[in-house]
Amino acid sequence: MNEEIYEKYEPVIGLEIHAQLLTESKAFSSSSTKFGASPNTNTDPITLAHPGTLPVLNRKVVDYAIMMGLATNCKIREKNLFARKNYFYQDLPKGYQISQDKTPICYEGYLEIELDETNTKRIGITRIHMEEDSGKSIHDLDIDTLVDFNRAGVALIEIVSEPDIRSSNEAYLYLTQLKQILVYLGINTGNMEEGALRVDANVSVRPIGREKFGTRTEIKNLNSFRNVEKAIDYEVKRQIELIENGGEVRQVTMQWDGNANKTKEMRTKEMSHDYRYFPEPDLPPLLVGVDWVEKVKSAMPELPLTRKNRFVDQYEIPSYDAGVLIADKEIADFYEETIKKLEDKSTANNKLVSNWVMTEVMRLIQDRDTTVTDLKVSPEHIAEIVDLISSGAISNKIAKDIFSEVELGKSPKSIVEERGLEQVSDTSLIDDLVKEVISANPDSVEKFKSGNAKVKGFFVGQIMKKSKGKANPQLVSDIVDKYLN
Amino acid sequence: MLKPYFELRQQFETGKESVVDTINELLKEIDNKKDLNAFITLTSELAKKQAVISQENFDSGKPRTLEGMVLAIKDNISTKDIRTTCASKMLENYIPIYNATSVQKLVDAGAIIIGKTNMDEFAMGSSNENSYFGNVLNPLNKEYVPGGSSGGSAAAVSAGLCHVSLGSETGGSVRQPASFTGIFGYKPSYGRISRFGLVAFASSLDQIGIFCNNLVDLSSVCDIITGVDENDSTSANLGPTRSSSKIENIYKNLRIGYVSDEVLNNCTDYVTKKYRSDLNKLKEEGHELIEIPIHYSEAWIPTYYIIATAEASSNLARFDGVRFGFRPELNEGDNIYVKTRSNGFGMEVKRRIMLGTYVLSSGFYDAYYRKAQQVRRKITDSYKSTFDKVDMVYMPTTPGSAFKFGSRNENPIKMYKADFYTASANLAGVPAINIPSGLDDEGMPFGMQIQCNNFEDEKMIGYANYISKLINS
Repeated sequence: MNEEIYEKYEPVIGLEIHAQLLTESKAFSSSSTKFGASPNTNTDPITLAHPGTLPVLNRKVVDYAIMMGLATNCKIREKNLFARKNYFYQDLPKGYQISQDKTPICYEGYLEIELDETNTKRIGITRIHMEEDSGKSIHDLDIDTLVDFNRAGVALIEIVSEPDIRSSNEAYLYLTQLKQILVYLGINTGNMEEGALRVDANVSVRPIGREKFGTRTEIKNLNSFRNVEKAIDYEVKRQIELIENGGEVRQVTMQWDGNANKTKEMRTKEMSHDYRYFPEPDLPPLLVGVDWVEKVKSAMPELPLTRKNRFVDQYEIPSYDAGVLIADKEIADFYEETIKKLEDKSTANNKLVSNWVMTEVMRLIQDRDTTVTDLKVSPEHIAEIVDLISSGAISNKIAKDIFSEVELGKSPKSIVEERGLEQVSDTSLIDDLVKEVISANPDSVEKFKSGNAKVKGFFVGQIMKKSKGKANPQLVSDIVDKYLN
Repeated sequence: MLKPYFELRQQFETGKESVVDTINELLKEIDNKKDLNAFITLTSELAKKQAVISQENFDSGKPRTLEGMVLAIKDNISTKDIRTTCASKMLENYIPIYNATSVQKLVDAGAIIIGKTNMDEFAMGSSNENSYFGNVLNPLNKEYVPGGSSGGSAAAVSAGLCHVSLGSETGGSVRQPASFTGIFGYKPSYGRISRFGLVAFASSLDQIGIFCNNLVDLSSVCDIITGVDENDSTSANLGPTRSSSKIENIYKNLRIGYVSDEVLNNCTDYVTKKYRSDLNKLKEEGHELIEIPIHYSEAWIPTYYIIATAEASSNLARFDGVRFGFRPELNEGDNIYVKTRSNGFGMEVKRRIMLGTYVLSSGFYDAYYRKAQQVRRKITDSYKSTFDKVDMVYMPTTPGSAFKFGSRNENPIKMYKADFYTASANLAGVPAINIPSGLDDEGMPFGMQIQCNNFEDEKMIGYANYISKLINS
């Protein structure tokens, strides 16, 4: 189809995110929530919905939901009701999920996403509500369906955005920021592979300029941000082509097939459940007073954007650097830890640390497909390297050379000492080397004097080589100048 | 005949009677009366073992509060390691791994569990004709129903097979069978006794209740099992009751609310007659009688059945054959839910699940469930204003005495109307207690009830003892 056709339409996207809360026990029982336990060991009579059991709300869940609400500029509801969402499935022990229907604890919030250096966009957050997770059905074994109830009853918040998102890229930026916040608050691992974060996308298209929304489809099973982008792009294209060919978008639930890279229909609206929501009679209304909100607020960890601004102010590093560092909370922690260990706490060193973290450390993480906390390189190591460089004890080149050993957990200082790599800053020693190289290359001296300035580099290189890289390059340059001029 | 616990206890203490002998004799008596079908499960061996321990405690002079009291428990209350069937095929072989809070408290206080009592399946019924384990017979005349749903618990007390029994009420399931078997039946204020371990029928209405043929023992049990429970978020934040201390009070100048003739027009003549004579006695004692306007009485039963079935449809969803209870043989293509629930539940339970599903379904929610909630609020408000003017409401518990087996089965609505005088207290959450009041021409008993304001349970039990003595003198 003609590319211009696509330009006539505007995607309208809303996202629903389920985030597992990092509470030690489940939302309504004291069962453990530890990930990776043997199947059906994180259970108790409440989790398994034994007859006569009753839910008891874990107040930590409320704390965490409030935190997320405050971090996303939401209003916090004072009188909260829980509701039952009724449906039958083998991994839903009670035959209903305890959720919040008409009274989400957080509502009318927003997030500002950074579209580029100068432009931001506000994405509305309709609601954040508390609910419990279901268990897991395992169908892909060659026997009957198996059920694991470890996950059943784990606390979730569902974060529902307004349909303010207009492209897959905006969706990506929104999700990235939301995940950063969740991780910063310490209420979610951010791990999509383990299902700690799950995304559903509501997608529709409309001709540009039209106010009324088109019919939307819901895409489920999006287990990575890249898949969210791909699925949105695919679905937007599919819907435009459908409309252009005289078809009509139907309200259906789709599933993203990551192997085929396409969406496929799961169920139509007619087939959708009637959840028969009604107020949960086993739980009294939850009252969240101003005191409770204030208490949570005062205990809130620093948010990513605040931290970014603080890095710029406090460490005087470029905004770009700060943005890269804070994107991952653990890396930002690593950076700050390194700064603390520095002996020479100069602004220049702050930037030097930033360079090292953004290049060598982040490269290592990527190469090894690991996290910063699992690296053998510690903040002490990076601090030592930067101190060694800034004091002139080693050159940048030597520092990079020895990093392959630091990677294995060895202290840079001890490597430098053991191998005698300390930079030579003794003027008389360098003086001798310079004299030696100049007298051995009279031709080059001639060339330089006849105006070929590049020859200086040759001399410096020769001298560095003779010193096995240990000579202080700045001193070498100064002394070469003295002799040549 | 089994003596009241408070009498027997003195004899246990002085060594005139032994707990072990009492239990052994009682087990014989239960066996003699097994045609009543009051018990689904007898815990004879456990009871004998407990009796030995209780005897030791009396011998060493350290008996606990309810040491050696014989207790029967409705089979919808969870008892650790003792089968808890809810009188359903669905839970025929279900053995709980935990004790209900009330059971744990009673066991800790030294009570001896003699067995689990028969009932209407999942507490749905007013005649005990809906049990997978068969009908319970009224010990006073075996052609008559014992009432329901706690028919077994009522029959066990009435027949002298235990000192006290626990039942449960959602719309009258304690008071109604108490009325039909001539004993006391107490339904606490909503939240006064923990529901943890009570298999839910309708969570916002359910309460565990107590049967006994005397109020001294009833109040002792009440004082043990009431009180806030961290496992039940709907339990009221109050300590245990201290009703035993109020039981012998003599009351003067009570303001007693009574209902008009219009409200009594469902009642048989002998109930109406006895009601009027009871009121006269109270008046003669100098109490003030105040006619209370009964609002929305035509809406009591519909409101009750909408809310109760709605909650039940959700509460009973957990019986799916996946984790516990009945699971049918499954063949290729069978749906586990359909087959389990079609075969595991009885007729009345299925009827109520369907009703409840209907009233909650989209398109009907506003017309039924929401409206019922609004009416419920009005009923609650009307109770509140009533208790501004009176200390208690006195009225019949049931329109008449027990009816015969099979006489009301052709039309469920007719059966539902048996709850007419009881369901409003559950909707409003107020405490209520049945007092044996009179006998009909056939010698079958019927009762009157006292209802009090929320959380006035202690006072109410005191009133009940006083009025019971007065009207039966």
